[in-house]
Order: sequence, then C-alpha cells, then structure tokens
Amino acid sequence: MADAWAVLASVADPEIPVLSVVDLGIIRSVGLDSAGALEIGVAPTYSGCPATATIHADIKAALAGAGFSRVVVKSVLSPAWTSDWISAEGRAKLRAYGIAPPAPMTGRNAVDGARIECPQCGSTHTELLSEFGSTPCKALHRCRTCQEPFDRFKCI
Amino acid sequence: MIAEPRALAADKTALFEYVLRLADTSLVLAQRLGAWVGHAPAIEEDLGLANTALDLLGQARLLLAYAGEIEGAGRNEDVLAFLREEGEFRNIALAEQPNGDFADTIVRQFLIDAYQVELYDRLQGSVDTQLAAIAAKAVKETRYHLRYSRGWVVRLGDGTSESHARMQGAIDRLWKYTAELVTADELDSRLHAAGVAPDHEAVVTAWRTRAREAFSEATLDMPAGASYAWFGKQGRHTESLGQLLAEMQYLYRGHPGAAW
Repeated sequence: MADAWAVLASVADPEIPVLSVVDLGIIRSVGLDSAGALEIGVAPTYSGCPATATIHADIKAALAGAGFSRVVVKSVLSPAWTSDWISAEGRAKLRAYGIAPPAPMTGRNAVDGARIECPQCGSTHTELLSEFGSTPCKALHRCRTCQEPFDRFKCI
Repeated sequence: MIAEPRALAADKTALFEYVLRLADTSLVLAQRLGAWVGHAPAIEEDLGLANTALDLLGQARLLLAYAGEIEGAGRNEDVLAFLREEGEFRNIALAEQPNGDFADTIVRQFLIDAYQVELYDRLQGSVDTQLAAIAAKAVKETRYHLRYSRGWVVRLGDGTSESHARMQGAIDRLWKYTAELVTADELDSRLHAAGVAPDHEAVVTAWRTRAREAFSEATLDMPAGASYAWFGKQGRHTESLGQLLAEMQYLYRGHPGAAW
C-alpha cells in the first residue's frame, strides 16, 4: 500500500500540474477489493470537473507502470471533497505556482472574499474580479498593489 | 451496483421519477446556459455562466446515472439524456424557458439557484444515501451559483431605469412557471413521507424568503401569485423543450455510438 501511495504522489492533476492527486486530497482510500485488485477511492472535486476521467485514467496508467496489474478506480462521493483536504505541501505548491491557495473553511457557509493574499507580491490589498475562473475550482482576483491578476483556488 | 439498500421505504418507480426531476432540471438548465458561451456580455459572465452550466451538467450526470441504476433496465446516463422524448422529461418548465436577454437568463437562474440551495441543503439528510451524497456535493456548488445570480439580480434591478425595467419584465414573464416549484404533488409528498425528499413546505418557505429579500434589495416587485398549472415535473412542457432537445440530442441520435 505504501508503494501505491508513493506512485499516487507522482500523479499530477491535469489542470494544475504542480499538484499531485495526493496533495489535492482526492485520494480517499487505497486497499484491496474482494477480488484482490488494488482499489483506489477517488473523490471528485466538482461534480462537473472535466478532469475527472483523465485523473482516473492517469492513476490507472501510473499504477500499471509501477507493476500493479489489477487496479480499480472507484469514485467516492461521500463525504464530499472540500478544499480543506488540500495538504499543507499542496498549498505551498499552489502559492509558488501563482495560485492563491484556498482559505480554511470556517463553516459550511463560509463566504469567500476574506483577506486574500496575492501570490505574486504577498499584498492583501486584493479584489475579486469573478467568482468563476479558468477552471471550476478557481476564482479570478486582482492585486491592487502589484496590479497583477491572479487565480485563487475556491473554498468549497 | 447497489451496495446497500438505499431507499427502503420508497418504491422504485416513484424514486426513479423523483430523481429524474432533479436530474432533468439540472440537465436542461445546463444546456440553456451552454448557449451563452461566446455570447455573454463580458468574459467574466461567459465564464460564470459556463462554469455554472458545467456544475449543473456534472450534477445531472450523477443523478441520471443513479436514476438508471434505480430503474435497472440498462439505461445509462447517456441513454436517459439523449434518447428520451420530450414527454418523458421531468424538469420544471422554468428551466427550459429560452435564454432571452441577460435579464431573462439571470432571473431564471436566480429562481432555480435559490430553490436548489434550499432543496439540496435539506436533501443531505435524505434516508437515500446516494441522493444525500449527491446533494452534499451539489449544495456547495449551488451556493456559488446563487451568489452569482443574486448579485446580478441586485445590480441590474437597482441599476439604471433600463436594466430595472428589463429585470422586472423578466420576473413578470417567468414568475408564472414557479407554480410547480411551490406546489407539492402526490409524488413529492409520497417521497417526503418515505424520508427520501425533504419537506416541500420548508423548502418553499425558505425559497420565497430568499426571493423576497433579493427582489426587495433590488427594488423589484415580487408578483403575488403564480397560476400556471401545466407542470413540467409531470412531463407536461412548454414548446421550448422540444426545440432544446432537438439540438441537444441530434448528434447522439444521428451518430449512434459516436465517441470523442
């Protein structure tokens, strides 16, 4: 199982390639199913995320390449994925990549738009341009200090 | 593959019908919003409407796949989406109304977003574990949709005299289709009794409050009553649905088995 986790840590998210599927917190379980195949439980980030099928295929291919011959990828809806599951390492990688990481959810109705830090210059003098960005998981912001627009991972 | 008994109390046909209502409303609305791609007034709105459509489509896929599983007749999400006829669709008629101008689209979106937020929030407590799981996922996305559409209701309603007039016109045109939203029929009541569906009255009361508050903030009038008694959720649609389905289904029907 540890080997399988190590392989999964090398599978990149297709939309944000600096993050692995483990950083993203979408790997919910690694185990053997009743037929003895390696079963990976994967939580979708957004219901309609177009990367889901690619992620499943990438996981299978990476594990096959590492010698796991029988792999089953299972979609796990519940509990629903939350941006809180992105690892500390994942958050650091996002920031370094120029995407502001999601703030921790303070409650189920936590509203975005608290102090968002610009990943370029670190200023918190930023504004929301659009709650919907280039992918379902991102919103678009602008830094009023360095004037650069930037993506932010949405809190969900 | 049903691993556990999900809805012991509800009979299969009723549950299938109920899941189709949720699925088809999301699917049809997603199809409508998709038509805005490349045509919205600004790039942010293009992205906002497209992202909302994508979430709705994802929710519809989960729900349709589940409906197919309940039915047990081998119909998967694609077959259910692309090979059913107009009269077999169970979406609320509001979802199928044409895009019109941006005001029409926003009012339609707001009314459905507010409804879905209240519905999915409560559906998380369903005895049907699969529906509860889908609802828990969907409600997070739907809150984003509502913030977006509500934001535009207020900005345009309390905007210029032109934007105000267009918003009020859209509300007055679309409000009649909310009758089926606020009226529980026999199926809604039966599934609530079985613990599958939430209390319709509670959903409607919360929805009405959201609408009243938003319209008031937007200086818009909320019409008194909705009398349109032709219910999409019972398969009786306006002529717009047939046109929408013709476009949505032609590729699948014209090229059976086609894949990307």
